[in-house]
Amino acid sequence: MTSFVDQALAYPTQDSPAWLQGFKQEKTELWQQASFPHRKTEHWKYTNLKALEQGEFFQSPASTHTLDEKALERLAIPGLDTIDLIFINGVFQQHLSTAANDLPEGLNVTRFAEASSQQQDVIQEYLGNVAKDLGHLFVTLNNSHLADGVFVSVDKNTQASKPIRIVQLTSAQAQNFAVAPRLLVVVEEGAEACVIEHFASDDNKQTSFVNAVCEIEVKDNAKLEHYRLHLEHESNLHIGGMHVNLRRDAVLDSFHLALGSVLKRIDVVVNHLGKGAHSNLNGVYLPSNKQHVDYHTCIEHAVPHCTSNEVFRGIISDNAKAVFNGRIHIHKDAQKTLAQLSNKNLLTSNKAEIDTKPELEIYADDVQCAHGATVAQLDDNAMHYLMTRGVSKDDARVMMSFGFINELINQINHEALANYLRPKMAQLFSGKIALLDQAL
Amino acid sequence: MLSINNLQAQVEDKPILKGLNFTVNPGEVHAIMGPNGSGKSTLGHVLSGREGYEVIGGSAEFCGKDLLAMETEERAREGLFLAFQYPVEIPGVSNMEFLKASVDAVREHRGLPALDAIAFMKQAREMCKAVNLEQSFLKRGVNEGFSGGEKKRNEIMQMMLLEPRLAILDETDSGLDIDALQVVAEGVNSLRAEDRSFIVVTHYQRLLNYIEPDFVHVLAGGQIVKSGDKSLALELEEKGYGWLESEVA
Repeated sequence: MTSFVDQALAYPTQDSPAWLQGFKQEKTELWQQASFPHRKTEHWKYTNLKALEQGEFFQSPASTHTLDEKALERLAIPGLDTIDLIFINGVFQQHLSTAANDLPEGLNVTRFAEASSQQQDVIQEYLGNVAKDLGHLFVTLNNSHLADGVFVSVDKNTQASKPIRIVQLTSAQAQNFAVAPRLLVVVEEGAEACVIEHFASDDNKQTSFVNAVCEIEVKDNAKLEHYRLHLEHESNLHIGGMHVNLRRDAVLDSFHLALGSVLKRIDVVVNHLGKGAHSNLNGVYLPSNKQHVDYHTCIEHAVPHCTSNEVFRGIISDNAKAVFNGRIHIHKDAQKTLAQLSNKNLLTSNKAEIDTKPELEIYADDVQCAHGATVAQLDDNAMHYLMTRGVSKDDARVMMSFGFINELINQINHEALANYLRPKMAQLFSGKIALLDQAL
Repeated sequence: MLSINNLQAQVEDKPILKGLNFTVNPGEVHAIMGPNGSGKSTLGHVLSGREGYEVIGGSAEFCGKDLLAMETEERAREGLFLAFQYPVEIPGVSNMEFLKASVDAVREHRGLPALDAIAFMKQAREMCKAVNLEQSFLKRGVNEGFSGGEKKRNEIMQMMLLEPRLAILDETDSGLDIDALQVVAEGVNSLRAEDRSFIVVTHYQRLLNYIEPDFVHVLAGGQIVKSGDKSLALELEEKGYGWLESEVA
């Protein structure tokens, strides 16, 4: 069997614009030279890539697909008016997406393939410059496979009135497929926008590999609200990441959610590069069965007077395993930094596993930095309290597990989005897997 | 209604209740007073079936059934209600969701049809009003960020919604201002009925001005050392517990 590295090299990628060929070529060479992570590679210590290595991916992408009609219904977020870009197995679906002429003024959404020459310049300026290859091998992989990315830009001082949602759906025809979605968001000075990355799969039978990378540049005084929702089925492998640059007084609000799968690894990197930048990062991971979820977050504080607040919570059930690595790196010049990190985990079975590690590297002396990681079981006092009101032990357990993550869901700005996610989460805890499958 | 015979219980191998006897008949209000550490709160915990409170002897019969053999939730469904001294905060679980689950479970057990969401909301809103809690409390996490008084009023609201046969109020008056005390007392009094009983555990006689007891018991050293009518509470207020302890000795 050919190694994963070679499989990836042989992969016949979809056509990509000529102006990206040089970039791809360069990154392909980089991929070829890079060493593939193994057990002793620090940031892959707890995440085994066997499922990827033993799989056979990188088959030719199919041009057709059949979709369960309900799959599309399930993707809709009732009550939330979004600008949708829908991709199935990595292929853009014009007829399912919002028409280009329906965009509000000041908001530009285009695919790389259709970018104007002016947009091409902007794309080339940022592409690969926010998400660095170094230490992120799967960014390099995405770079080398780049086919058709999405470019979102918001003009100076513009408030985008609707959230932009990019849906990446894999269908039953995606068996052994590899898809490498790419997203680039540039929020210009003083502008505001909301971007939702929505990953889903149509059924639980196909084994596919999604390698989605998102790069975000938030300029001076600009604000971005961002969601990255991993609602794929269990058999869907995903290794990807989100990389953000925050400039002066820029604000990022980012929410992450991941159900487990055979292999899921998400890297989140937030670079505070301008004074006064602020980031809020919330995340929830919910692996069950034999699933695996790994979040590696890295908050870089390069300049003074920035703040970051990060809260990740996980519920790990059955034989599942979760990994959380929360790195905060405060550079020498980043005085007056305020950085907080909290990671709480709930294990609902004796066989569930969590490897959590806060990783602080601080070179400035006038900073405030707080971090904490906990692993716990459900609070007995609270369980008893619910039961004294007639609630059964099982129901109490469900309510409390749900409550544990609902605290973060409650902080979601868009009520409609919170309402969309809540029942999906609630079903997960009642152990009604069949129902969950329907809901996905 | 409730008949307790020679009840003995321990916590972490330390005996707390040492042979407790008393009977509550339908419609009665019993007050239990006593010094700190006498076992008052333990009684509530034991009757509610809390883990870690081990019964080592005696019996408790509730409406003809063996109370101690039942799970905590069964006791609640059978009509036992415990208003906590320290209600627990459960962030993320909305008060409304919690109350609905609770009422649903209790109604189902009693063979009553489930309330639909609208009927339930209506009732919950009325109860909120009755205990002077803002409606917004229904949306908040269970007791999350509630003040001491709000937590106690929330307990009373739950009691009103669940319509228990026997309610045990564990120091519900502690930490309450006079207005909140009246709200709590009115809640209790509005529920007083021929077929419903109350056990009011308190340190102070003051609450008993508002909730008039039929009997007052003094719990000391894990036993009931004296019982009487409401005048006993006044006597205790005046003399403290010291005279009783010496009397018993």
